Amino acid sequence: MHSPSLAGTPAADRDKSTPETATLLPLEVHSLTLERDGKRLIDGIDLTLAAGGLTVVMGPNGAGKSLLLRLLHGLIPPTGGEIRWGCHPMSAAIRERQGMVFQRPVLLRRSVAANLDFALGLRGGASAKRRDALLDRVGLLSRAKQPARLLSGGEQQRLALIRALALEPEVLFLDEPTASLDPASVLTIEEVVRGAKASGTKVIFVTHDLNQARRLADDVLFLHHGQLLEQSAAETFFSAPRSEFARAYLEGRIIV
Amino acid sequence: MQNQKPGAASSGSLEGVAALEPRNEPDWIIVQDFSEAVSLAMSLVVSLDADLLEIIGLSLRVSLTALAIACLIGFPLGALVAVSRFPGRSGLLLLMNALMGLPPVVVGLIVYLHLSNVGPLGWLQLLYTPAAMIIAQTILITPIVAALSRQVLEDLNDEYAEQFRSLSVPRGQAIQALIWDARYSLLTVALAGFGRAIAEVGAVIIVGGNIDHLTRVMTTAIALETSKGDLPLALALGLILLIIALAVNALVMAARMTAARQAYA
Repeated sequence: MHSPSLAGTPAADRDKSTPETATLLPLEVHSLTLERDGKRLIDGIDLTLAAGGLTVVMGPNGAGKSLLLRLLHGLIPPTGGEIRWGCHPMSAAIRERQGMVFQRPVLLRRSVAANLDFALGLRGGASAKRRDALLDRVGLLSRAKQPARLLSGGEQQRLALIRALALEPEVLFLDEPTASLDPASVLTIEEVVRGAKASGTKVIFVTHDLNQARRLADDVLFLHHGQLLEQSAAETFFSAPRSEFARAYLEGRIIV
Repeated sequence: MQNQKPGAASSGSLEGVAALEPRNEPDWIIVQDFSEAVSLAMSLVVSLDADLLEIIGLSLRVSLTALAIACLIGFPLGALVAVSRFPGRSGLLLLMNALMGLPPVVVGLIVYLHLSNVGPLGWLQLLYTPAAMIIAQTILITPIVAALSRQVLEDLNDEYAEQFRSLSVPRGQAIQALIWDARYSLLTVALAGFGRAIAEVGAVIIVGGNIDHLTRVMTTAIALETSKGDLPLALALGLILLIIALAVNALVMAARMTAARQAYA
């Protein structure tokens, strides 16, 4: 499951690469564990993700989906196991090449444009032309001068998404970005996410929405009680889930 | 200001009363003093009394300069502590909070000892100058600004921290962003520092000496006029001090309300 860019690269050469330059994928996770107050919230997850495509993470509330994203993005350290991005352990340099959109967007107390300028300025790429093009992509150009926190929920999430994409991440994590949003905002966000995937960004997307998962997913991770019960191609997962829990989840039965 | 003022003559009945001595006059005298004070304050303001303007000007210059320096030190210090986790942080927070209650006379005494001719900074010849008063007030209000801004910025950092981490925002830029985004809340912090500075008398009277036309500010003038028994003039100065405090508060409140409307506060 190596990425195309790694195909044919001698292992010795790959070992010489640094976290700043190495290809981030494949992602390899071994025995990933997170314990808090004696409780295993993430319980020995093993998985491998290849470059490209959109991986949907599903599972009932409390399954550990958001925690898994935070662990993979390096926002919280695991209590056990290891995460290797393209042969390198998680580090600040790797996180710099990733982006994340949270369920509740965190916007600066500034205008829409200033929020984007802040992100662009972090990598020295701030320019009005680029910022306006990005805002136009999510239909917010006309609102550039308005305070970001006065936008609607959908608009705020679109701004958060384009802010994450402005840094051209190689991996984009989305933690239920369309929860409770209106259909128009959902559509815009899905279009932008598809565009990011098409341009080569690996997308890891948490959602509860089965229809959305069917629309977007190339492969699915199904979690329950902190364990990875299933990792399969989307077609396989939706047509013939292997685990009883996944089958029950897809059928809308209540699982505990 | 210790020279005869319009109201001073009318307070002859109070001459000779020692400062801080309990008053035994009937209530009607106090009421008379207060009405005299109001009319005197009005007449001083309306006539743009040169001595009064000089005192107000020096008070504002000293306190606003001290406030500016305290904010330059206190905001980044508060922000640094807000975003940092290190061993002994709780002890530092305790110290910062405790320093908010620094006794002005003690600060005045310490600054006096340092700036006096035999002190380590005596060569600067700053004692009994406005600069000495600025130093004393800066020492008094910097802990207030730092401790209160730390709380404000820590609350904001709780909201921003995960996003900043995700965006890999360098610490310096995170601190700048926190200070900028909390600017309207920090105005209130600055206001608390200004209130302490402008109302402070113990430190500035020790290091400034209350010298007419040089280091006399409103609070030291009030103390002097009270000790001379010129209560209407002291009350008039007090009223003007209150008006200044109210005006500054009103300005800050207006700024915060504007910010709240734009969801910037």
